[in-house]
Amino acid sequence: MTSKPDRGLVEFNSEECKGCGLCVEACPPKVLRLSEQLNHYGYHTAEYLGAGCTGCGICFFACPEPGGIAVLRREVAA
Amino acid sequence: MGSFTLTHERPDCFYDRFERKSELQHQTHYCPGCGHGIVHKLLAEAIDGLGVQDRTILVSPVGCSVFGYYYFDVGNVQAAHGRAPAVATALKRSLPDKIVVAYQGDGDLGAIGTAEIVHAANRGEAITVIFVNNGIYGMTGGQMAPTTPLGKKTATTPFGRDALNEGYPLHICELLASLEAPVFLERVGLGNNKQIMGAAKVLRKAMENQVKGLGFSLVEVLSPCPTIWKMDPVEAQRFVREEMAAVFGIGNYRDRTATATPRPARPAPPKLEELPGILGLGNGDRDRLPCGETSAVDYRIRVAGFGGQGVLMLGEVLAEAGLDAGYHVSWLPSYGPEMRSGTSNCHVRLSSRPIDSPLVSQPNVLLALNEPSLHKFLPGVEPGGIVLYNGDAIPEGCGRGDVRMVALPFTRIADQIGVSKAANIVILGALLEATDLVENEQATAALHKLVKSPKWFDIDVQAMERGREEMRKTTMPVSDDYLWGV
Ligand SMILES: Cc1ncc(C[n+]2csc(CCOP(=O)(O)OP(=O)(O)O)c2C)c(N)n1
Ligand code: SF4
Ligand code: SF4
Ligand code: SF4
Repeated sequence: MTSKPDRGLVEFNSEECKGCGLCVEACPPKVLRLSEQLNHYGYHTAEYLGAGCTGCGICFFACPEPGGIAVLRREVAA
Repeated sequence: MGSFTLTHERPDCFYDRFERKSELQHQTHYCPGCGHGIVHKLLAEAIDGLGVQDRTILVSPVGCSVFGYYYFDVGNVQAAHGRAPAVATALKRSLPDKIVVAYQGDGDLGAIGTAEIVHAANRGEAITVIFVNNGIYGMTGGQMAPTTPLGKKTATTPFGRDALNEGYPLHICELLASLEAPVFLERVGLGNNKQIMGAAKVLRKAMENQVKGLGFSLVEVLSPCPTIWKMDPVEAQRFVREEMAAVFGIGNYRDRTATATPRPARPAPPKLEELPGILGLGNGDRDRLPCGETSAVDYRIRVAGFGGQGVLMLGEVLAEAGLDAGYHVSWLPSYGPEMRSGTSNCHVRLSSRPIDSPLVSQPNVLLALNEPSLHKFLPGVEPGGIVLYNGDAIPEGCGRGDVRMVALPFTRIADQIGVSKAANIVILGALLEATDLVENEQATAALHKLVKSPKWFDIDVQAMERGREEMRKTTMPVSDDYLWGV
């Protein structure tokens, strides 16, 4: 059995992220976490676990930074 | 595999860089997890979604969100503390096509600015207000706000907010819902995904109302302030959801958007030329400016005396007559602590050019009805000016060689016609004789307008004539040298 490809993809701007964790809390399938690493401002920035994003966009709205998160969706073949 | 397309990205109506300071131009100044950041994003999405970036004007408050203008690439005005609704009113009324948004915190809107928001809502101004309620003064370090929940310890309520001492949390939506004019009032929260997505919708609706030309819309957002609440962002979100929302009920408090009709455009203001007619100031010979040499006329008159001498009235007659003569005029009574000591004075300007300031600090005409006034104002008189003094002679040591000084016992002259109170009008007559300030008929018409009783009008006309006569006596036999003397 082949697993279905993910519908969504999420990208973080680690320069803009302040590591507040609200996106991690918000993500319904829980595919985000705060990194072990610190960015150069000293924040544990958010990162994608790499699989399972549905492209719902909730994390985008929960994030207080204007460009902290971008969400992409897979184009449905016509 | 198929490809991905961007569905959620940095809203267009944010600036690409925030040029607030040299570094960190890519992020906001807000603390991690601050609700202001989320509200900014929801507002930006609404502006982009409605396609109104080019005609939005954001009025930023005083508070943590004071820097709104560094973030939003729209028209921006930053208002004094609490005054955003008043500033937004002015913007919307003068630029009705713009989408005017007042963004305010709870200290700004609910404490210092309570009057502004109540009256803007009561007038039904067609603006959108975004009210970020975090229950605290964030920017200044955590003082109690009117919206602080009972029992909460803050910098100014170290034992917890006590209703008996600090009153109850102020419910702005409920308060404004008691007014007739608002079209849309709703409280939302940022306490979980559902609340955030709901808030996005409501914010958009409140903006859309204005695009449709409907009246006053306000959205109150229960918003986390993790820093002052001393919680991590996720905990603060829980606090919004469980505690703030328990004090401030989330929901709609007014929605008349279905029945509200777009507010009619305000009638265009009348043309400048029509104003005299509308104000009942008589007919068209008002545009007649003094011509020829007198066209550069600028009389700066100071009238001073003791209370009861008719100082203010004399000033008014001069201004009224000047208006009739086609001058620009101003009349400014001086009120102040000095009034208590019984002296009184006013500033009058008659000018062939628009008047920049009604204040007369360097008069070229001084009418001094008593000695203290002469002492006080003579030093300021412009060289070449004229001074009329109510007395037999200029007092010792009061002379000035560079101004024209005339002393006449105006009160005694008024006594001769039986009314010492008419001394002010005797002075008026003397002034008209000594200068070509206004025509006799213009002064008479002004008196007619300002003096209601026919008996007093007759006395004043007589007083004015006597003033002219007395002045003629002083001027007739001699040259100007005599007048310049003293
Ligand atoms: C006239 C005036 N009074 C007081 C202040 C001090 N002050 C600055 S911000 C503020 C309160 C801000 O609280 P709020 O409106 O709740 O905004 P927040 O910072 O929580 O977002 C006060 C009292 C001021 N700047 N100007
Ligand atoms: S888009 Fe939805 S599923 Fe994907 S990371 Fe964001 S919240 Fe999670
Ligand atoms: S919500 Fe935004 S700022 Fe907060 S951790 Fe996630 S990406 Fe970073
Ligand atoms: S103090 Fe509170 S309101 Fe101000 S930026 Fe920080 S979290 Fe936001």
